[in-house]
Amino acid sequence: MSSLFIFHPALILIAGALLLPFLRGTARHVAVLAAPALALIALWLLPEGRLWQVQWLDYSLAPLAVDKLSRLFATIFLLMAGVGGLFALLQTSRLEIPAAFLYAGSAVGVTLAGDLVTVFLFWEFMAVGSTLVIWSAATPGAAAASRRYVAIHLAGGVILFAGIAGHIAATGDAGFHRLGTDSVATWLILIGFLINAGAPPLSAWLPDAYPEASWSGTVFLSAFTTKTAVYVLLRGFPGTEILIWVGIFMIFYGIVYALLENDMRRILAYSIVNQVGFMITGIGIGTEMALNGAAAHAFAHIIYKALLLMSAGAVLAATGRRKCSELGGLFHSMPITTLCGTIGALAISSFPFTSGFVAKSMVTQAAIDGHLQAVWLCLAAASAGVFLHAGIKFPWFVFFQKDSGLRPADPPASLRWAMIFFAFLCIALGVYPAPLYAMLPYEVNYEPYTAAHVVTQLQLLLFSGLAFFVMLDHLKRTPTITLDFDWLWRVAGPEAAKSCRLALAETRAGLGGIIASGKTGYCGWLARNRHPAGVLMRSWPTGSMALWVMVMLLAYLALYYIG
Amino acid sequence: MKHEHWLDDRNNVRKLWRGFLVVLALTVIAGTFVDLHPHFEIEAWFGFNAAYGFVACLAMIVGAKGLGRFLKRRDSYYVEDAKDE
Repeated sequence: MSSLFIFHPALILIAGALLLPFLRGTARHVAVLAAPALALIALWLLPEGRLWQVQWLDYSLAPLAVDKLSRLFATIFLLMAGVGGLFALLQTSRLEIPAAFLYAGSAVGVTLAGDLVTVFLFWEFMAVGSTLVIWSAATPGAAAASRRYVAIHLAGGVILFAGIAGHIAATGDAGFHRLGTDSVATWLILIGFLINAGAPPLSAWLPDAYPEASWSGTVFLSAFTTKTAVYVLLRGFPGTEILIWVGIFMIFYGIVYALLENDMRRILAYSIVNQVGFMITGIGIGTEMALNGAAAHAFAHIIYKALLLMSAGAVLAATGRRKCSELGGLFHSMPITTLCGTIGALAISSFPFTSGFVAKSMVTQAAIDGHLQAVWLCLAAASAGVFLHAGIKFPWFVFFQKDSGLRPADPPASLRWAMIFFAFLCIALGVYPAPLYAMLPYEVNYEPYTAAHVVTQLQLLLFSGLAFFVMLDHLKRTPTITLDFDWLWRVAGPEAAKSCRLALAETRAGLGGIIASGKTGYCGWLARNRHPAGVLMRSWPTGSMALWVMVMLLAYLALYYIG
Repeated sequence: MKHEHWLDDRNNVRKLWRGFLVVLALTVIAGTFVDLHPHFEIEAWFGFNAAYGFVACLAMIVGAKGLGRFLKRRDSYYVEDAKDE
């Protein structure tokens, strides 16, 4: 097939983003929905293979390459862009949707890139798009958060670039395929990827920045950056053992911080880190089952996490409040939002007949198949913990618990339909997972609905629910935050810089004093000796001159006689 | 007394609790009838998943509370910091 006639789905979406600022009213609404839809059609018309090939310097690049894995991720990204666009239709910021489409289009560009140079280019466009999405909330908090966010991502980009440059210089191969961790360059690439995945120690950029975006902005943000990182790790580093433990750390970090959190969208942001932890653990295990599980989980996760953040966004848009301690009792007046949020919460908890159950369980199954008992115990505890922090805590404190007296209505139609569609997908994929399984990179030999699986999962989840209500007094929300790694660059770093500056100023002042007093002393000495009346400069009387000459002659005489 | 929503009625909430406890018991009982084909030894213990889910959650809550003692701050912590400058 001639490459001339193939449209690049990422470029369609980015073209849409550039067109949107010139449109108004209905035309703009149509364009918001049509751009992702056209890109999705273009994606599914693409055959597999390296479709665009370019020679650049000495390297052969492939800006458009398709296989099952890339098609899976590009599909969910485009679906997310479309439904997110529907949800954000009424957003008053005119920058947000174009920025989100640039962001989503770049994420699609990464998934369809056959070489590392193209990956890097779209990777940086993604950082720009996502920063603009946060920034478009136009609050001082968002502006500050977007500055911190872009600093971390540009730093990650520098590390990634160093890795890619080193790798290409060493191997002469710009292709993006399995990289392994056998050189410094590939380690740098791995670190660059992991920073975007929300891995420690820089994980705090995610819960710091995402909840500062607008009610619709956070929905877009939840989907692309971390899942693009999952995609590149799936392609570049499957079976890298350290990822198992990185993932497990992320899982428990997410749970613990979400349990302590009061801001409803920060709870969900920590839960993104938790969920990505499951995927990274799967990538670390590296068997076909595990990689299928990580990919399926990413697909399902984007849908239910967006759904949860849509329900939170609807609450924020209606009430202007974001703290659990100020919310509650909203089920009275927001039944559709409550129902959709609860479906999202059940799906993230992997309840039977939801998308989480058919996707995430594959990672657990891979741990079982590999006889990794410690990993399996961690994953089982974590599944219970997900129900605890996201499955019950989020809907309970936002929609139920005490009555806050708020009676906002369900959101307008565009927001409602976006939520209803994703809630439908959560259930549909759970009941009928075959289409999802057919899209996975490897053949699926997995039956999620065995009696044993359903019963054990229900035991695990329902008893963690019991633990929640037994410990409810200890989970009551307080108006507090929990210090995270971002303390290092929000407080410790600036404080250290400030004290360095002070110390430097003091040293300079001290040194200046010494130099000044030295200078004064020297000048005084100079002046004393060399001014017109000084010892060296004053005119001497002729008599004294004759005296000294006489003294010298006498000395000469004396020496002559002695000699 | 007329309630705004059936969930506002304490009696209904009590009924929900009872139903929840019955379902909990049923899942454990169901475990004895279904072949759970355990993959690891501990999984074969009676009600392992139920107990493990419960205990793991308690441990996570206690762990989080413990960490919170050191790391919790007022939610105006960073805001005040920004104003100082």
